Amino acid sequence: MMRDHFKVLTVDLSTGRGTVEKVDGRDTVAGGSGLAAVLFTRYGHADKPWDDPDQPLIFAIGPLTGYFPLMSKTVCAFKSPYHDQYAESHGGGRSALSLRFADYDALVILGKARKPSCLCVGSKRLELRDVHYMWGKYVNTTGKMLRRMFGGSGHRSILRIGPAGEAGLATACINVDTFRHFGRLGAGAVMGTKHLKGIVIQGDGAFQLPEAKGYPKLFQQVHDLITTTDMMDKYHNLGTPVNVSILNGIQALPCKNLQQTSHPDIDGITGEKFAEDTLLRNMACSGCPLGCIHVGFVREKFMEPNHYFYRQVSYDHEPIFATGSMLGVTNAFAVLGIMDTAEKMGLDVMSAGVALAWATEAFEKGIISEKETLVPLRFGDAGAYEEAVEHLGAGSSEFYRLLAQGALKAAGRYGGEEFACVLGQEMAGYATGEVFFTSQALGFRHSHLDSGGYSYDQKHREKSLAEAVDFLVSDEQDRVFLTSMVSCLFAREVYKSELLANCLHSLGYSNLARHMDDVSSHIQKLRWSIRIATGFDPQEVTFPQRFTEVTTWKGRVDEVFLLALKREYAKRIMQMGKHDSQINRKGGKR
Amino acid sequence: MKILTTPRMERCIGCHSCSLACARLVHKTLSWDTAGIRIMSSGGLSTGFEAKTCLACNPAPCAKACPTGAFSQRKGGGVLVRKGLCILCGECAKACPVDAIYLDGTGQPFVCIHCGRCVPFCPHDCLELVEAPAEAWTEQETGGVTS
Repeated sequence: MMRDHFKVLTVDLSTGRGTVEKVDGRDTVAGGSGLAAVLFTRYGHADKPWDDPDQPLIFAIGPLTGYFPLMSKTVCAFKSPYHDQYAESHGGGRSALSLRFADYDALVILGKARKPSCLCVGSKRLELRDVHYMWGKYVNTTGKMLRRMFGGSGHRSILRIGPAGEAGLATACINVDTFRHFGRLGAGAVMGTKHLKGIVIQGDGAFQLPEAKGYPKLFQQVHDLITTTDMMDKYHNLGTPVNVSILNGIQALPCKNLQQTSHPDIDGITGEKFAEDTLLRNMACSGCPLGCIHVGFVREKFMEPNHYFYRQVSYDHEPIFATGSMLGVTNAFAVLGIMDTAEKMGLDVMSAGVALAWATEAFEKGIISEKETLVPLRFGDAGAYEEAVEHLGAGSSEFYRLLAQGALKAAGRYGGEEFACVLGQEMAGYATGEVFFTSQALGFRHSHLDSGGYSYDQKHREKSLAEAVDFLVSDEQDRVFLTSMVSCLFAREVYKSELLANCLHSLGYSNLARHMDDVSSHIQKLRWSIRIATGFDPQEVTFPQRFTEVTTWKGRVDEVFLLALKREYAKRIMQMGKHDSQINRKGGKR
Repeated sequence: MKILTTPRMERCIGCHSCSLACARLVHKTLSWDTAGIRIMSSGGLSTGFEAKTCLACNPAPCAKACPTGAFSQRKGGGVLVRKGLCILCGECAKACPVDAIYLDGTGQPFVCIHCGRCVPFCPHDCLELVEAPAEAWTEQETGGVTS
């Protein structure tokens, strides 16, 4: 519903009670990333650890959520178990529209439940239900049980964690509606530490639209741009896995723990191969006609002579890189099998794959042995990796518990830091060069989507420090406005400033439309100020040696340029973060 | 006279564009409920989707059940809706054999009026507006319509 403030539901898990609060700031922080930042300053505690029950778990949507196509994402914000600093992770599925129709701009979860519980919220519902019997259950089993227990089929979102989240592992994700995730930086562990096994959001409200005809006309225009032009074809067709062969072809695909940037057997795991052999169908986040979710399958013979089961697994470029090329596994079905295990355990599949790539090289070099890994790890051995992912998600041993906190944590203990492929967190699937490495290592979410460094690398051969850093800062500003709307970033070529302003105008958010530059700059600074207040020092970031040994189509990575980029970008981040230091280190700003 | 059909639901990706279009264009609301077509999984997202929408019964049990004439038989199947006559009794929804009528919080019914405005918003061509069968079923043939 359109309003000049935010309607926020806060729930205290220790009592099961909630409060509906009116929060100001629509014209200054818009929603999504901006709203989450405001809510963290209000409810978060910079100096308390991530697992303190007082820390909030925040889910926020934006002013355009549900009103326009691809405005279909939710921002999840929390203090991360990965680095104990403020973090965001973004997810889709039905979460954004369910929150919209539950009539909240944000949900803030505080406290810790006495027993493992499931929270159910809707426009007329708030319930905390004891589900202790579900503790220990896999993500898929949990989803099936919650589906039966709560109503609203089709118009609800079911968020849940698996064993990894319960164990408080920093690489645990929150699964959203089976095929999507709040994947990175450990949001699943935050739910786990709060004894929150699941969240059901029932989207059971409906709202009047503006009387004027401008809105439906504009909707049609955006819908046509998305569905009848080729602007979005990449995502609908092969999906993001189209990148696998492209990056391999330009020597920019991380392979075998980034010892290589291309793989001779890549044909087994390209987007084309996945589509031909494994693709069952496409799916979409609610409110997106694109359908970029590609669902493949794993089929397993569990008994002779002919007894099989099958499961459906969604795939994308990043999971394919992490459990495929990075592990030297070049069979599409084998890759889906590893992903499926990570899904079941509730692990971030990117971190799981990249962490195991480090473990494999460490195993090969004799730094660790089967005593630690429990199964012998060898690049290409998919069966061993399925077992290892299960150990990782369960935290089966001291080694795996440490590895699931991040590859560098394990390397800090056992050695091999120089080849841990960590850029803030386990790397994304782009070995494109210095600008991307800097972008992920220092970027706010340590995501390849904070700014398009991977794209910049591919378009620029020259090494212009000022130009590259300006790009990182300005691209982040553009993207933070989109993630405050909250748009899927795949629509970034569609939702340019003018169109965004028109969309906001059509719904009556004219102040916001007029001051988009100021608002996005403010949100960018606000987020950095919180990140810095919670302990981030970009000057301290280092690159494991492996990143300086990479050879791409442009040649070997230039370490001098890389370090110069880091210094300059870090300086700019510190300048942005000075903007708003209202974050109280002793506690949240109330 | 045309009716809305859903012949290719195996292709559905669950984007809800049809429901949102109906709510936006026909009912002037933002909703995936207050619409003549609603999408849900057929028992979990891994099982695909089905559409809850009017099957254009002819004769229509909901029209027969309506005590005020707010719902009346539409030629070619389905119903004509006169909102002003509705007393929010909910009898139409009870009578629908396929749960195609949504009652909002006030009891107002929402049913497909077979206008086809949702059809172009489906990205996978799941929906189709087709010519209605020429003849209605007689009550004798259907075993009588009961309310």
